[in-house]
Amino acid sequence: MISFWYGVVAFMLSVYVILDGFDFGAGILHLFVARTDRERREVLAAIGPVWDGNEVWLIASGGILVLAFPRAYAVGFSGFYLPLMIVLWLLVLRGLSIELRSHLDNPLWRSFWDAVLGVASAAMAVVLGAALGNVLRGVPIDETGFFAVPLFTTFRPGRNPGVLDWYTVLIGVFAFAALAAHGALYLAGKTEGAVRERALAAARVAWPAVAVVGLGCIVCTWQVRPELYTGLAARAWSWPLPVLAAAALAGVFASLFRGRERTAFLCSAAFLASTLAATAAGLFPLMLPSTIAPAFSLTAAQAATGQHGLRVALIWWTLGISLAVGYAAFVYRSARGRVRLDGP
Amino acid sequence: MVAAALTSQQGVSDPLFWHRLQFAFTVTFHYLFPQLTMGLALIVLLFRLRAFRGNAQAGAAARFWTKVLGVNFVVGVVTGIPLEFQFGTNWARFSHYAGGVVGQTLAMEGTFAFFLESAFLGLVLYGEKKLGRVGHLAATAALFLGSWLSGYFIIATNAFMQHPVGHLAVDGTLQLASFWDFVLNEWAGWQFAHNMCASVVTASFVVAGIAAFWTLLGREEDASASLRMGVTLGLIACVLQLFPTGDRQGKLVARHQPVALAAMEAVFEGGPQAPLAIIGQPNLETRTLENPIYVPAALSFLAYGSFGSTVKGLSDFPASEWPDNIEILYYAYHIMVGLGTLFIALMGAAGVQLWRGRLAASRPLLWALMLAIPFPYIANTAGWTVAELGRQPWIIYGLMRTAHATSPRVGAGDAAFTTLGFCGLYAVVSLLFLFLVGGEIAHGPEHAPAVQPPAPAPSARPAFQAREP
Repeated sequence: MISFWYGVVAFMLSVYVILDGFDFGAGILHLFVARTDRERREVLAAIGPVWDGNEVWLIASGGILVLAFPRAYAVGFSGFYLPLMIVLWLLVLRGLSIELRSHLDNPLWRSFWDAVLGVASAAMAVVLGAALGNVLRGVPIDETGFFAVPLFTTFRPGRNPGVLDWYTVLIGVFAFAALAAHGALYLAGKTEGAVRERALAAARVAWPAVAVVGLGCIVCTWQVRPELYTGLAARAWSWPLPVLAAAALAGVFASLFRGRERTAFLCSAAFLASTLAATAAGLFPLMLPSTIAPAFSLTAAQAATGQHGLRVALIWWTLGISLAVGYAAFVYRSARGRVRLDGP
Repeated sequence: MVAAALTSQQGVSDPLFWHRLQFAFTVTFHYLFPQLTMGLALIVLLFRLRAFRGNAQAGAAARFWTKVLGVNFVVGVVTGIPLEFQFGTNWARFSHYAGGVVGQTLAMEGTFAFFLESAFLGLVLYGEKKLGRVGHLAATAALFLGSWLSGYFIIATNAFMQHPVGHLAVDGTLQLASFWDFVLNEWAGWQFAHNMCASVVTASFVVAGIAAFWTLLGREEDASASLRMGVTLGLIACVLQLFPTGDRQGKLVARHQPVALAAMEAVFEGGPQAPLAIIGQPNLETRTLENPIYVPAALSFLAYGSFGSTVKGLSDFPASEWPDNIEILYYAYHIMVGLGTLFIALMGAAGVQLWRGRLAASRPLLWALMLAIPFPYIANTAGWTVAELGRQPWIIYGLMRTAHATSPRVGAGDAAFTTLGFCGLYAVVSLLFLFLVGGEIAHGPEHAPAVQPPAPAPSARPAFQAREP
């Protein structure tokens, strides 16, 4: 039951990264791939109907985390106090920038919100990656079971690291590249003309960067948390995941250079999903590794609530998530096809 | 609530002070928006139902209020996300202790309500042409359902903190023992009814008040449908707010939180035939209510249904169990009840004039309706202040004290920094909201359907592109 809920949290966070990831990617790229007001409105129209629903996956993941693993939620959220507050402010700013931009027909108003969207999206992508990097590297949980981590210390992973060190920044850069590349493929599939051409060009730059930085991440993770690979090796069912990730990445390149951006986008989603799934499988059963001593690491079993609560939640969650997938399918279906703006 | 934290006895270098101040500020600011969203979702649905039967004015009113609902909804969403995080960031020991129970309703809100709302909001705002009449009505009903479900899950969470049931203490944390006892908490039922009536009161006052503004400017065509809806629904909701919902909520407080009742009424010495203080200033030094105006024995009757019942006073409880900030609790309660009474009077008078067909000509009454718009917000805020301060010094009544619920490693400096950050961010959000909604109100509903530009597919536009060329 505890493994199941660990999987649910990993699943919901992965869906979040895949769905909101292309919103972040579109936000990062729109200043470059869309130059006129009309082009920018095309980009916003491509993410407009779906971004809010995509973001709900993050909120719903947080809800599942507090329900199933209250201790992990409490320890993790209070430990990452400042970075999470920065995430909140960025999410508020991004939401406002998407929704408010087109309320006024004033070039200064629109340029302002365009810049806010670009900066908030770029920062969110880096922060998401750095967050994953922190979980992989570990946090200074001590005998009290809690931790506090400053934004930065010496920029080196160790017993008392900061949120930002060379390793977490590297993962942040990887997330930035991957989400920008993912968003480029989404935009290429949703737009026409100049925006599509520029998005494809951006994807052709970003994907090689993803491959190179990704390779660096694999090597550096070996340095920082070798247990991830031993964990992966010990669980035979997880062996197809890295293979799938590599195959999906190859699929992105193959379809991208043949101009099949929608196939490439699906491969990109599969790449993100299998990479995150492999990471979660390698980390299991840990939720938050301790940099002080392995004995202080927080495991899923220690963090989980009682069996009765988990069993009850299984019933309603199955129903609820089926409905949620149904709504999402409906919204994406009604938004299918390339964006066509009316008027000038 | 903000002021409540400011008067807390610990100094500003105590993290508890900043955690309380921050949560009080962010939750109070946030709830200015959902209280309108939930009530307005009902009103829009009622307009749509009337428009469905061919009422063109109701259709124009529905389209106008949907636009206001859209902007209001977005601000509610973006200010609500921080709260979901703050249980963990600022109140880690609370979420560690009780997350296994309150996490059920918090997760259900995300799973059942947020997905529903986010999927249908865009369709409600821009899908009228595409979905057809039946589909659009269904989408509006889904949005209404989502917003009210969301309200229930949050109320059920709060009800557990006020009156914990359905739980079990295991190894120093709380676990779920009975899902139905927890979700169908008696406290949650009455609190939900009281809160949703209050939400409909806010929305009715906003709709009636804006309609009064248009009427005073001579724009009766814009106003008439909204004026009728706002006053009719407002009168019903104001009465239900007092009885039975407020009455039953009060009786629950009397039964389960008698010390909170004593503090709300500033009853220092208890006894039978306890009087009800209409007004007066509590003095904690002398333990008296100064300059009081009393209704004899009324408090005994309201709390326990009989004039002879004994009401316990604060002196019957050790001071360590008294709510802190008794003064603010007392005033918040009296402001809530006082405003609620005035609302019934105002909506009653407006209802009589509406029934006689004279409301549009009653200028003083229209002025009063227009100027009354802020007051339901004040009453709602005061009501929640009563609920939250009355519960003190507990975060979960009888189980966990607020002082023991904070994050152990988050210092006053961090919490102060983020509190100031929220103040700055929300100041910007307020200005943007007033600017955009003010523009919509000045513009008013669009009547003749013939001059409406063809609405593009919802898929092709981000939500709320109300002014797209």
